[in-house]
Amino acid sequence: MSTATVSTLKGARLPKWSPYAIAGGSVGLAIAIGLGAGLDSRVQWGLIAAILFVVGTYGIAARVEGKRQAKDRIATSLVWVAFLLAVIPLVSLVWVTVARGVKVLDVYFLTHSMGVVADTEPGGGIYHAIIGSLEQVGLATLIAAPVGVLTAIYLVEYGRGKLSKAITFFVDVMTGIPSIVAGLFILSLMLQFEMQPFGFAGSLALAILMMPVVVRSTEEMLKLVPNELREASLALGVPKWRTILKVVLPTSIGGITTGIMLAVARIAGETAPVLLLVFGNPFINTNPFEGAQASLPLYIYQQYANSAGSGAAYDRAWAASLTLIAFVMILNLVARGIARWKAPKTGR
Amino acid sequence: MDTTQITDTPPPAAQPTATEQKRAARGATRPGDRIFLGLSRGSGIFLLVIMAAIAVFLTYRASLAISKDHGNFLTTFEWNTNLQEPVFGIAVLAFGTIVSSIVAMAIAVPIAVAIALFLTHYAPRRLSGPIAYVIDLLAAVPSIVYGLWGALVLVPHMNGLFGWLDDYLGWTGIFSWQGGAPRSMLTVGILLAIMILPIITNVSREVFRQTPRMNEEAALALGATRWEVIRMAVIPFGRSGVISASMLGLGRALGETMAVATVLSPTFDIQASLLDPGGGTFAQNIASKFGEATEFGRDALIASGLVLFVITLLVNGAARAIIARRAEYSGANA
Amino acid sequence: MAKRIDVSGLTAYYGSHKAIEDISMTVEPRSVTAFIGPSGCGKSTFLRTLNRMHEVTPGGRVEGKVMLDDEDLYGTGIDPVSVRREVGMVFQRPNPFPTMSIFDNVAAGLRLNGSYKKSELADVVEKSLKGANLWNEVKDRLNKPGSGLSGGQQQRLCIARAIAVEPKVLLMDEPCSALDPISTLAIEDLIGELKERFTIVIVTHNMQQAARVSDRTAFFNLAAVGQPGKLIEIDETERIFSNPSVQATEDYISGRFG
Repeated sequence: MSTATVSTLKGARLPKWSPYAIAGGSVGLAIAIGLGAGLDSRVQWGLIAAILFVVGTYGIAARVEGKRQAKDRIATSLVWVAFLLAVIPLVSLVWVTVARGVKVLDVYFLTHSMGVVADTEPGGGIYHAIIGSLEQVGLATLIAAPVGVLTAIYLVEYGRGKLSKAITFFVDVMTGIPSIVAGLFILSLMLQFEMQPFGFAGSLALAILMMPVVVRSTEEMLKLVPNELREASLALGVPKWRTILKVVLPTSIGGITTGIMLAVARIAGETAPVLLLVFGNPFINTNPFEGAQASLPLYIYQQYANSAGSGAAYDRAWAASLTLIAFVMILNLVARGIARWKAPKTGR
Repeated sequence: MDTTQITDTPPPAAQPTATEQKRAARGATRPGDRIFLGLSRGSGIFLLVIMAAIAVFLTYRASLAISKDHGNFLTTFEWNTNLQEPVFGIAVLAFGTIVSSIVAMAIAVPIAVAIALFLTHYAPRRLSGPIAYVIDLLAAVPSIVYGLWGALVLVPHMNGLFGWLDDYLGWTGIFSWQGGAPRSMLTVGILLAIMILPIITNVSREVFRQTPRMNEEAALALGATRWEVIRMAVIPFGRSGVISASMLGLGRALGETMAVATVLSPTFDIQASLLDPGGGTFAQNIASKFGEATEFGRDALIASGLVLFVITLLVNGAARAIIARRAEYSGANA
Repeated sequence: MAKRIDVSGLTAYYGSHKAIEDISMTVEPRSVTAFIGPSGCGKSTFLRTLNRMHEVTPGGRVEGKVMLDDEDLYGTGIDPVSVRREVGMVFQRPNPFPTMSIFDNVAAGLRLNGSYKKSELADVVEKSLKGANLWNEVKDRLNKPGSGLSGGQQQRLCIARAIAVEPKVLLMDEPCSALDPISTLAIEDLIGELKERFTIVIVTHNMQQAARVSDRTAFFNLAAVGQPGKLIEIDETERIFSNPSVQATEDYISGRFG
């Protein structure tokens, strides 16, 4: 196959700088085409440049290096293009939220409600929404965390046979429940018993969403505890429940905490069930068991949806988004920090 | 043969002692153990009860509404629950949900797989760790924030793309555009794609990372280029993982509420064009119609939610089945 | 067809760690050269520098020269992908592609170049499987997955896959360490046949194996853990095992350490 050439090891190779050159060339050409054809959207320019880059790379490489190398290069450039393409919206999301969010985000905003402010006017804040969110998420966690952890303990430490198989299966099923369906379930109960919206109803729906997540993550963590530890404790004559409480749980507590915090971060951003069950309320309502409440994600939605395009309401929506993202991200970062800090202690 | 028989049917005399021993080994005789086992088993059963209750109550409330539906619940193109003779059906919602999810998957899956490959096989090592971490964090951004961004930032930016699609592909009908605000199924699909990108990327990256090193080296030693290594060793190994990751993403896209509710300007009809505003999805319809709905209207919405529930169950079940098959398959290789 | 390997002044690193230092040797064509030495002495690392697989490991880099006949594998303009086509490799653990059939495994390397007719491909696959003494065992189930074979069969499948692309040199990294004695024997017999066509380099932990299969043997050692591995001596296998010129070699072979 390759006897004709002197060297079978040397392939004709494009110089190292060629990808940059092709990239530069495509961008230049794209700008020229964009100006020439009068395209005003930068996005289109970018797309044209990307297409030119991929096609150009293939063409040039196929001519110089052969088809296989050209395919390799086109794969490389496609993968890079995909990455850059995905970065744009995600960076934009974070950037816009921060840039527009800081406009009205100040102490006043965090400590006042919307009670006397019309949605279309400037002023007001998210104090009532923060209180609502904290109470609803807190109550949901109080329900979901113990149930989830205990269920995981059952599955890992006791579970054999049909019951644990059924639980495992339905935990999987629960993980996939859309949040609005969880909301509808509680709503159907409320319709059945003729109740009006209140904060705790939202907590119940959030708890349903949270439980399977906690079960899954706790299960993973408990499985990481080496069996030798359990056996060592049992061999000392320690009863099983004390072994679990004193040996297994302390060993895995870091990971379990991480899992719970990540689950909290997830439900803190849920809007749909809160919309159905808690309804929203511009006034401060500190009692989650009676009357409509606000919540941060719901506040964002209502500021957007009920304000008929008012700039002041959009500003508040962005500021609330920034607050919510900050809360979720801090939870995530702390949780991952705990995970990393506690991780490698497997007892060996 | 002999041994299996012995374990299967022990002599009758030994049976009671065996169970007693088992009970003793479980330690259920101590009060502490009994309470603890009871609590943890009770929690598990509680989960099962919740699942059963969800199915029962949704079905019951849905049946209340459907029994009084003067249209056909599956085929009616209307949603009027406040009439004397209420007429409502899920055809439009099913269509919109499926279309927006298909658009989202068509965009998100190839890009997510490419990014996963980028992170595992192309990106400089120092970059890939932090990037993966950031993508992980992006998966945690609440959907309402994506919705707000979609409505206020993405929608205005779609005009150019829509005009361009209409100019060149308008003749297909799918990409024709009458110039309305780009709050359409395509925009919804793009936003959903952006939202599910992080999760599909993360799961795929995990799968690709687990490709046995020795299979990649086998391909390399045969003189494969990087892309050929990926095609020979990485993608065949990761295929089922990518499929199940996509299913997880699909499950999210199907049930996503707020992002669709903020971006779409809904109408209750089916249209061929992805670019013209209109249509609706199950979740979006529930969120939008809920405020003005009477008790009967809410039951009707619950009925549509039940359908969504069943669809997501099927999708997730398919994903689980694929994962399970993969586990068997890799076990055979071990 | 088989080519000579001429290594001079080769040093290999993992990041800042020097794994092997200043190795020079010549590997004759159509012969079997065995690398022996204690664990961690760098013999596998050295083997992997011979087809540029070392640099695949993160942080792996190489200094020095490896001449394949008259071309330096590390010279400018050399394509590592082409190098690996010329210098095939068989790994410690059998690693057939799990998703491919037996046939596709053997054809995998050929298909990379794409320009084969079906019948041509079938011929080469048959020839390679025969060359690896596997044809009779698998000819009725070529479309079954390769992972269904026994460990020894899988390893011979990997050898068939490697020789299907007609490399000039075949590198084997402890090819029998994961196999039972009967499979080991089958592979050793096969090595004896393959050296008619290929230049073979084999890393082994098993000194009897080195004595049985190789023409020349190279002994590697390291001064201490963390120190780079070095080539102590290379000579006719017979001489190494009967009358080595270095004391350390004799100590190792007689089982006094290692």
